[in-house]
Amino acid sequence: MADKIATRVAYGNTLAEIGSNENIVVLDADLSKSTRTDLFQKKYPERHFNMGIAEGNMMAVAAGLASCGKTVFASTFAIFAAGRAYDSVRNSIGYPHLNVKIGATHAGITVGEDGASHQAIEDIALMRAIPGMTVICPADAVSTAALVKQAAEIYGPVYLRLGRLDVPVIYSSDAQFSIGKGVTLKEGNDLTIIATGYMAEPAMRAAESLKAEGIDARLIDMHTIKPIDEEIIIKAARETGAILTCEEHNIMGGLGSAVAEVIVKNHPVPMDMVGIMDVFGKSGKPADLVKMYGLTPENIVEKAKSLIGRK
Amino acid sequence: MDDKTRLQLKKTATLIRKGIITAVASAGSGHPGGSLSIADILTYLYFVEMKIDPRNPKDPDRDRLVMSKGHCTPGLYAALAHRGFFPIEDLESFRQADSYLEGHPNMNKVPGVDMSTGSLGQGIAAAVGMALAGKLDKKDYRVYAILGDGELDEGQVWEAAMAAAHYKLDNLTAIVDYNRLQIDGDITKVMNPEPIADKFAAFGWNVISINAHDFDEIEKAVNQAKEYKGKPTAIVAHSVKGKGVSYMEDQAQWHGSAPKKEQAEQALAELDEYLKSLE
Repeated sequence: MADKIATRVAYGNTLAEIGSNENIVVLDADLSKSTRTDLFQKKYPERHFNMGIAEGNMMAVAAGLASCGKTVFASTFAIFAAGRAYDSVRNSIGYPHLNVKIGATHAGITVGEDGASHQAIEDIALMRAIPGMTVICPADAVSTAALVKQAAEIYGPVYLRLGRLDVPVIYSSDAQFSIGKGVTLKEGNDLTIIATGYMAEPAMRAAESLKAEGIDARLIDMHTIKPIDEEIIIKAARETGAILTCEEHNIMGGLGSAVAEVIVKNHPVPMDMVGIMDVFGKSGKPADLVKMYGLTPENIVEKAKSLIGRK
Repeated sequence: MDDKTRLQLKKTATLIRKGIITAVASAGSGHPGGSLSIADILTYLYFVEMKIDPRNPKDPDRDRLVMSKGHCTPGLYAALAHRGFFPIEDLESFRQADSYLEGHPNMNKVPGVDMSTGSLGQGIAAAVGMALAGKLDKKDYRVYAILGDGELDEGQVWEAAMAAAHYKLDNLTAIVDYNRLQIDGDITKVMNPEPIADKFAAFGWNVISINAHDFDEIEKAVNQAKEYKGKPTAIVAHSVKGKGVSYMEDQAQWHGSAPKKEQAEQALAELDEYLKSLE
């Protein structure tokens, strides 16, 4: 776990790697050095198009390209991809179910200093409400690389939620991933912690702390939020009797809601959620912000303990 | 254009106008005004110009048409039906729950529809993507986008216009149905988009202004656009909203409302009379 790599960098590297497929076209909206599509651009400049600061337009242009058979990766910050461009994503990509992969970087509050206007905390909710949209939120560079490759292979719209911040690599290079299948990072039977994206690593540390206190938590990395892995959730509910979700997103409409939808229909157990508590973010160093908004191992441990008390 | 072709196009356009009235009257809702104003241009494109095959509607080499003003499905569907993409009688199922003829175009349900549209400003952007794909693949198909003049209120139209010029998409022709009326009335009173031709020129487009109801002018403009290299072309088509139905002409109220049974009968009778006069 020594290396730290931002998932957006892994995204850019992977695009450059799979770019030998001439069917892949990459669009960016004047942020290619931040979304790291510049890594693809250097190798394949003829298939990289800067659409300027016009995100909604970029998404509909992506739809047109996809209608002609291209596999299109359209990138910008998550706040613009899911927010500003929502209607183009919904009507031009989602409704006709076109083969566009939305590479949405700088998601969540770990954007840091740019503050609330640039911190997407509702993008998972928006994207997973679009029929047919696959929503992926990888935890580290290894899973990002694997899932970006798979996203390119499947037909249809995919929202890839990626981070700005360098984050620890939690997987070995030979780890296997499959869109729609959660990964059990640690077995346990006292409760289940389900985390996504940035929160997977703090959740791993929380599970270690809990273990030291004699609480054996199961830990699942839910890298795909839609379609969600119902099987792994129902099994966890049956076997551990309590579920705590962790996400760098508003607690409304995101991972917690997606898991709750499965739980209430199939096997209701006590649940709680760690996430942004329905407030906007603010400027600050990412390390300070995750503490301020409770996205820490300490908060996960505390909520896990009180959740077990409700079993 | 020879007299025989012109006469045939006038007849076809009249049949398409009848299809528009039939569709909208059957549905009890829909958008006749802007469908009637663009009917002649749709007729020329689908019956003379466009390289399309109703038996192979997804041919990757085909010309493409994006109805960016997606509410004008009555015009689009009537043209597609008469061109042989689906049965003409299906127009009577327009907007019904058990029909594939959605109120706004759906590329996955309706043969011949090249892009799902409805949210204004997005269709021309999708057309930019299609034209870009054509350049990338070195294909010689052309892309047509039909916009409303009211649609020009949408900022995304101009984002797409900027992108089309930036990437020198001379395989793209945008046609503005300049009928001067949007839902709330006169376009210059609702939100003045003028000067339209100057705006497209300033955005780096080749611009041609024509009478939208004159087949010779339509033909000339479409051909000029094909020959023009290095820039996309905007055809500003001066039209009459509701063209061909006396009581609908130049009336904003017929933007998005359907004629009642007697009104529809009158409209169809007028169109039949015009057809007869062409014989």
